[in-house]
Order: sequence, then C-alpha cells, then structure tokens
Amino acid sequence: MPPREGTYGLLAEFDTPGDLVRAARQARQDGWRRLDCYTPYPVEEAAEAIGFHRDKVPLLCLIGGLLGGAAMFALETWISVLAYPINVAGRPTYSWPAFIVPAYEWTILWAGLSAAFGMLALNGLPALYHPLFNAPNFRDGATTDKFFLCLEALDPKFDLAESKAYLENFRPVSVVEVEY
Amino acid sequence: MATSELKTKDPGIDPATGEFRVVDLGQTFRSITEKIASIVLTPRTPLGWFAYFAIAGAGTTMLLVAVTWLFLKGVGIWAITIPVAWGFAIINFVWWIGIGHAGTLISAILLLFKQQWRNSISRFAEAMTIFAVMCAALFPVIHVGRPWLGYWLLPLPFTMTVWPQFRSPLMWDTFAVSTYATISVVFWYIGMIPDFGTFRDRAQSRFAQYFYGILSVGWRGSVRHWMRYETASLLLAGLATPLVLSVHTVISFDFAVAVLPGWHTTIFPPYFVAGAIYSGFAMVLTLAIPLRKYYHLEQLVTERHIDNMGKLMLVTGFIVGYGYGMEAFMAWYSADHWEAFTFWNRAFGPMGWSYWLLLTFNLFIPLTTLWSRKLRTNIAFMFVLSIVVNTGMWFERFVIIVTSLTRDFLPSAWGTYRATKWDYMTFFGTVAFFLFMFLLFVRFLPMIPMNEIRLLLPQAKIKPKAAVEAGD
Repeated sequence: MPPREGTYGLLAEFDTPGDLVRAARQARQDGWRRLDCYTPYPVEEAAEAIGFHRDKVPLLCLIGGLLGGAAMFALETWISVLAYPINVAGRPTYSWPAFIVPAYEWTILWAGLSAAFGMLALNGLPALYHPLFNAPNFRDGATTDKFFLCLEALDPKFDLAESKAYLENFRPVSVVEVEY
Repeated sequence: MATSELKTKDPGIDPATGEFRVVDLGQTFRSITEKIASIVLTPRTPLGWFAYFAIAGAGTTMLLVAVTWLFLKGVGIWAITIPVAWGFAIINFVWWIGIGHAGTLISAILLLFKQQWRNSISRFAEAMTIFAVMCAALFPVIHVGRPWLGYWLLPLPFTMTVWPQFRSPLMWDTFAVSTYATISVVFWYIGMIPDFGTFRDRAQSRFAQYFYGILSVGWRGSVRHWMRYETASLLLAGLATPLVLSVHTVISFDFAVAVLPGWHTTIFPPYFVAGAIYSGFAMVLTLAIPLRKYYHLEQLVTERHIDNMGKLMLVTGFIVGYGYGMEAFMAWYSADHWEAFTFWNRAFGPMGWSYWLLLTFNLFIPLTTLWSRKLRTNIAFMFVLSIVVNTGMWFERFVIIVTSLTRDFLPSAWGTYRATKWDYMTFFGTVAFFLFMFLLFVRFLPMIPMNEIRLLLPQAKIKPKAAVEAGD
C-alpha cells in the first residue's frame, strides 16, 4: 500500500509542451520510473518520453465485441429454435442470415461499451480525489494551458531536496511539493 | 487559379494551403478555453436564450398535449388508416434518425480520416445526433398504439413466454436504433470528460464545481490516461462508422424487404444512408450558423467549416440524385407493370406535387448552387439552403411512404392520406423538443471540444530544442 501521508511527489510546471517532453525524456533516461505528465490535451511525445507505449483498451474492446456478438446470436438461435419456434411462410426456424443483423449490432454495442468503460477502469477513474488537486497551481493549469511533470515519492531515487534541485535544472515555471 | 486572388486579400485564408483557416490566428490555449468555458460558466444567461427556451418549451408542451391525447384516445386521432398504416410516425422517424447521422459522420468518420477541421463542430453535431435519435425513437413507441407494451420489442422473459421474431426487419431496427443511441451517448460523454475537468477547475460557484467535478469522474490529464483515452476514442470512432452505416441500412430494410412497388428495391440502403447524411449536414448548418453568431464563435467555427459542409452536401446530394435516378430507371428497366405505375403515380399522380417539391428542394436548388465557393461561404444563403434541404428530405420520406401505400396492387385497396392536426402537433412538437434539448446543451455542456481545439493551435507543435534556442 502506498503511504497515505507525507509527500506525494514534486510537481514541475512548464509553459510549453516541448519543455515538458524534454524534461520527461531526460528524467526517464536518468532512471526515474515513478513519474507522470499532466497535459491539457493528449501529448503523445510525453507518453513516449515516460515510457508508456501499449495499452490494453483494444484487447478489452475485441473481447467485448466477440462476446456481445456471440451472445446475441446464441440468444436469437435459442429463441427461434427452442423457446418459441414459429413458422413464418415455411422458412427454417434457424434462419441464420436474418440473425446476423442483431448480432452485428450487439458486437458493436459491447465492443464500444468495453472500450469506453474499459478505458475508464484502466485509468482508475472515477477517482474524484487525487493528491495532485492539492497543488496550488495544478487546477488552474493542467486542464487549461500548463504542462506538468510529477516525480512521485514512491520512486526509490526520490529525495525531497535533491529531486527539487534536479527539477529546477529543467528551468520550469515552478516546482511545488504535493502532499497527500 | 481563381483562389490566388482570394489568398492575398482574405485574412481568413491560410496562404500555405489556400484553404480557409480552421481556427483564426492569434488564439492561445487559455483564450480558447476561456471563450468556450465562459459560455457555460457565466452566471448571466443571455436574455435571448430565455426567449428561445420559452418558445421551445411551449412547443414541447404542445408535444406533451398531443401525446397525452394520443394515449387517451388511441392512434385513431392520427390520419393513419388502411392502406396508409404508416403515416407521419414513420416519416418522422426516418427523417429524425437521418438527421442524426451527420453527427456520427463528423465525430467518427472524419476523425478516422484525420479531418481536423471537424474538431470545432464535432461536439454539437454529436449532441444533435442524440437529440435527433430521442425524437426519432419516440415515434415507433407511440405508433404501436399501446406504448406501455413497448418492452415487448425486447427479448425479455415475461409471463406469456412470447419471444420476438428475429426474422423481421422491424426487430433488427430495435437493435440498430438502441445500439446507435447507446453508443452515441457513450461516445459523446467520453468526449466531454476532459472538458468537464476544465469546467470543474474553472467554475466559480460551489454547485458548478461539484456538478462538473462528478461529471469529469476526476479527470486530471495524466498522459497515461490520455493515451488510453485516445485509443478508446479511435476505437469508438471505428465502431461508430460501421454502426451509422448499418442503422439507416436496417431502416431501409423495413421498406426494401416488403414487396410493395416503390419499396422493394436494392438501391434503398446506400440511397437512405446518403440521404441521411445529406439531411444531417443540413441540420448541422441550421444549428451552427445561429450558434456561431450568437455566441461569437466565428474564430472557432470558421468559413472553412461552412465551406466544407457545403462540399459534403454536394457529394451526398449527388448520391441521393443517383438514387432518384435509379428508381426511375428501374421503374422502366424492370418492365414491372406495378413499378412503372408507382413511379408514374409519384410524379404525376394526385400527390405528384410532393415529388416535384422534393426534387426542387433536394436536387435542383442545392446541386446547382453548391458548386460556387462564393455561395458556399455566404452564411445567409447556407442557412436558408439548410432549411430547404431538410424540408426536401422530409418530403422524400413522405413520397416514399405515402405514395407507395396509397396505391398498391389492387385498385380496390387504394386510398388517400391527409394528416390531422394531431399529426402536425406531434411533428412540430418534436422539432420544439429537439430545440429545447439543444438549448439546454448549449447552456450547460461544452459545445465545442476544448481539448481537441487546443491540438489545432500552432503552439501544440513540439519544436526541437535547437529551434527553441534559436528563438523560433
């Protein structure tokens, strides 16, 4: 369990995405692993800089879609063949071409729901509280026009004074300590 | 080149591309955020908003009255009879669903094609989709006569052990439309989460902070979150694309699978989808033009958007034109007596006026004028044209449904159709309800995706270190 009191990390604020990406890349090269960037829009270069490459959302989406489609097709077959077989103009009860349309729709439905809610779950959202919201400059910038690099206290390299000096090297706008 | 002259004069044109700019010059991350957020977070609602809201609310009340009377008396208050058992209810259903399609096209298909100009208009186009689907879904439910038994459409186990019949296109419709509504809402909401985060952080009042805080599910803009978010958005776009094409295809099956002359044709699926997108773009223009004016969003919804939507309408208009042409051709080429008569009856029968009206509104006016760049960027013209096209598209469905049903195989079964005041009240009531929902959306939700607009600004480009030090 992470500690629930003390320092969460150090938060450096930058004005441009370029400064953030350079700082994040350097920190990653210097051996930092518990670090994250916060940006007002997706900055792919920053994700690469901190070593985040693959995510599992597509896998969830695929599984959800396959299960959804199979479930609908099975339901249609069960209803039409076993639960409530009715003769419509002599057509076979197992009319699989007609069953494709709802199965197709359910493939999309469950693939989409899995992608959307899987993304939220993998991100650990909803999480209405987060220590970063305690930082005085975070909420005015992170969702508007500022770019943040956070070195987390859980990283073995973390030392409050040293890490602060380390971040100052990148010439950020400010470096603040974030409490839990 | 004809555009070279424009290039030098017009500041709205990017000299590098010769196209109109997507976002005007001189915007910063903060300025666009404040511009969009202030519309919602202001404590003062513009008086005009209340005026429109009152009108839309009155119209919605009229819808409630019409629907209440319908529930009390039954569908007999409408003009539907045999042979026209599908009257206004289905015309309006198809029309509304079609309008929704452009929203998904803008938010999903143009995203996959990396058409970044879509970013400014995608959010309210998606909102338009959702409200249009709400209006559409109302009609089949109230048309069944016993709306409290509407759940029979779903494969639910209940005491009578009756199950739906999956070989019917009407059943496919249930799944297509309900999936479309669900995925559209999810896509829309997921798209708004980062913007809700911005609202939470910029809101002054305690209530707004809580309200948008909960809606934002604690979004904090971590790049790890952003990357999964981007993957999920692309996947949803990739899923919504085949979905939107399937929805109007399935709706066209309601007609094409029947043996009625004028309905039983293979051109229907592509022709319905193109018509849907055509009317949808017209509706986006109908909404975007007043919005950009009243909220001073000309720098974000620029002439580029109006121009591009004009071009898309031109393309889809021609596909629709091809559909009309094919119907006429097949009436002759099939050598089918009933097909030929149905076409003749559409053009020259007792309701022939509606066919010529639809040709004028959908083909003659738009397809002759939309070629001109001057007219495509003439805002007043485009607004009028958007209403013309939507009227034309409504009449297209009227022609398909009413003329085919009033004249089927046996002359002894022929009839006529004249809508009652309850039909009109229900139809115009849904138009008002659509506006009612849209006004609420504009007031309380981010109508332009701030996070996507930020990406369009030149500041979002990451420059190499050398260029920064050189002072570029």
